[in-house]
Amino acid sequence: MSAHIATKKLYITVWASLIFLTALTAAASYLELGPFNIVLALVIATCKMLLVALFFMGIKYISDKMTIVVIVAGLFWLFILLALSMTDYASRGWV
Amino acid sequence: MSDSTPAVVEHNPDLRHHFATMEQQTETAVMGMWVFLITEIMFFGGMFAGYVIYRHLYYSAWLEGSQRMDFWWGTINTVVLLCSSLTMALAVRATQLGHRKSTVTLLIITILFGLAFLGIKGIEYWGHIVTEHQLPGPGFRFAGPNTSQVEIFFSFYFAMTGFHALHMIIGVGLVSFIAYYAWKGRYGAHYYTPVENTGLYWHFVDIVWIYLYPLFYLISHIHRK
Amino acid sequence: MASTPVAAPERENYLNNEYGISSWLFTTDHKRIALLYLVTITFFFFIGGFFALLIRLELLTPEGDLVLADTYNKLFTMHGQVMIFFFLIPAVPAVLGNFLIPIMIGAKDLAFPRINLLSWYLLVIGGCFMTYTILSGGVDTGWTFYTPLSTHFLDTHVIAAALAIFIAGFSSILTGLNFIVTIHRMRAPGMTWSRLPLFVWANYATAIIQVLGTPVLAISLMLVALERVFHLGIFDPRLGGDPLLFQHLFWFYSHPAVYIMILPGMGVISEIVTCFSHKRIFGYQFMALALIAIAVLGFLVWAHHMFVAGISLYAALVFSLLSYFVAVPSAIKVFNWTATMFKGSITYSTPMLYAFGFIGLFTMGGMTGLFVAALGIDVHVTDTYFVVAHFHYIMVGGMVMAYMGGLHFWWPKLSGRMYPENWGRLAALIIFIGFNLTFFPQFVLGWLGMPRRYWQYSPEFQVLNVLSTAGATILAVGYLLPMVYFLWSMRYGKPASDNPWGAAGLEWMISSPPTTFNFDQTPTVTWEAYNYDELQEAPVER
Repeated sequence: MSAHIATKKLYITVWASLIFLTALTAAASYLELGPFNIVLALVIATCKMLLVALFFMGIKYISDKMTIVVIVAGLFWLFILLALSMTDYASRGWV
Repeated sequence: MSDSTPAVVEHNPDLRHHFATMEQQTETAVMGMWVFLITEIMFFGGMFAGYVIYRHLYYSAWLEGSQRMDFWWGTINTVVLLCSSLTMALAVRATQLGHRKSTVTLLIITILFGLAFLGIKGIEYWGHIVTEHQLPGPGFRFAGPNTSQVEIFFSFYFAMTGFHALHMIIGVGLVSFIAYYAWKGRYGAHYYTPVENTGLYWHFVDIVWIYLYPLFYLISHIHRK
Repeated sequence: MASTPVAAPERENYLNNEYGISSWLFTTDHKRIALLYLVTITFFFFIGGFFALLIRLELLTPEGDLVLADTYNKLFTMHGQVMIFFFLIPAVPAVLGNFLIPIMIGAKDLAFPRINLLSWYLLVIGGCFMTYTILSGGVDTGWTFYTPLSTHFLDTHVIAAALAIFIAGFSSILTGLNFIVTIHRMRAPGMTWSRLPLFVWANYATAIIQVLGTPVLAISLMLVALERVFHLGIFDPRLGGDPLLFQHLFWFYSHPAVYIMILPGMGVISEIVTCFSHKRIFGYQFMALALIAIAVLGFLVWAHHMFVAGISLYAALVFSLLSYFVAVPSAIKVFNWTATMFKGSITYSTPMLYAFGFIGLFTMGGMTGLFVAALGIDVHVTDTYFVVAHFHYIMVGGMVMAYMGGLHFWWPKLSGRMYPENWGRLAALIIFIGFNLTFFPQFVLGWLGMPRRYWQYSPEFQVLNVLSTAGATILAVGYLLPMVYFLWSMRYGKPASDNPWGAAGLEWMISSPPTTFNFDQTPTVTWEAYNYDELQEAPVER
């Protein structure tokens, strides 16, 4: 990572957002949304993940494109594992 | 860039011989850390795949199991880890700025948050295993329908949070090492890659928990604990 | 063979710069680590080969009369585990890759030399666990560890074997990590991606698979161990667990694993074919892209190992179609190697003989892969000797031949000595004959219906089995010969020049053997790979 040094203010703002999102997801979990409970929770979780990844881990400031490719590849591969396995389980009941 | 002059070149004492410049060494180390983290994504990913598959098959058992999670302890733990990520990020920043004392202090606070997380996890496990007999195996007890499937839910709970906790323990160890060397004055603006890489590891483990929390604690709108 | 020791000119090189056991066990020099790996995997090759020998001896007769049925299960299990995890997966990357990649890209070492040493130690530690498993009674799950057999119905050393492979897996992951970062970051000035030797591209593609796939193997083995110890029930049908989940996770890695095994071999073949045709590779860009395509597509086909296991028909159709796609880049490579040889100046050296063997046998193995990728045919031949022959054609006829070719090609560079060329050619021929005699009958046996992993068989299969066993003994002789003459060459072999083959590539521009830091000065590369049209016709030493 190049010598980009974030400000304390930025980190604390990110942290505060994370705490807020946690409170939000905890509160939202009391709503009766059926299968959408988990959808909402995962959307919020992904926002939190992006905050940690972009700012705490510094992805936003990485100048090296290859590292970004590495990260995206890792996530995409996880998606391959989940999606292709689910083709089996989701279609087992089909006639 | 060939090594043109054989004369003594002033270089960073932390520059290892097979690298041409400090910048190359640092970027290489950080890239290496990211490649390692994607192996961790795939490692946890296998368990996430299993979780997704069984959730698809046994949705009501997943609801039942989630209702029996310690909602409040889980939420507090999430906050604890997020705080530890803040202090870790601030510690890396302090190292970049050469503030040795702040670095050590922030790293120690990070360790304390990590230990707090593990302590709370211990309390939860005690409750699940000893009080509620929810450890899968011959001693598993669950009053309600879909007992076997709820047992599988708890298998995933223990496997996934267990591996996460193992990674936390390793993380606490790593941060302790780094804190010791930081205290000895090993790092500063000229060399902070080990701190940065430890930070990356720590944040990654935090991100895993950011997903484990909703997946186990927030599935159902009913929270019995 | 002469028996007078020939002293090599005493220049300082990576072999003689330091002496003593700790200079080897604590080295961070990628070249020494490569030799440490060479010794380790050769050891395991012979252990795996020993199990193969016992299997073939049992199969001389239709009755199960040499060993007990359970023992037979242990033999094929441990043959597979040892050969795959402790020989094939490390072979080319950890021996040839470790040695050559830094040199080929103009670097002094890999990006992380200490992690490289750690990788070797992890393989050794995993090997110790494997040896313990073997000596304490073995494991009989099949190398595939299928549940619930492995989790609930066996009391053999499943966890020890799983641990051995888990640890070896981390060796593989760290090697892959090291290679990816090295190739990205340590290339010399002017060494652009499009000037890299295909051997480097091949190991890069392999490293991608190692890094993305092996962790899933690790977690699937961990879950088997946890299920055994804690009775979790994830794979237990009695609790509603799905044994197929294990197979999905296992094969997510283990199919790409076969590409971990073959891709480096393909890289070796590109180097050998260009050198001994004295010609540029045909279609460099397609060759490089084909390697990446195989690595990526290889991750999308795993359930073709599960066609009859109980997956949904629709998923099976998807995976069958995807399996056909992955054959395309492999075929492109075979065509391009052939086109490279066309109108080339061919030398029938030992490495080239192995390359010919590879191209023919890999093609046969690959084409039979298309047979089994077809759902209808697979229902008939799955779990028969047809599949066994298919993968041995690729792994032994392909991969091991590529490895042997590479060892012979780069032996002068590694050791500073020439091996005896006529013995080399003889061994290659013996291996080729032995291999085909061993495995071709197995295609026929499988087609006729002989099941795999059975310790007895129907009497009408005996003739073909006897032929197969005869071939195996010839093959064994073929593999022993290089052991003998490589060792002989280290003392009595003719000292090698920097470039005995007249080959292109940075490794042939430095001394044989190389100095500790490879280059006196970091090179600046201004030429394309395989620039044979610029190199003069070089004398090929015998």
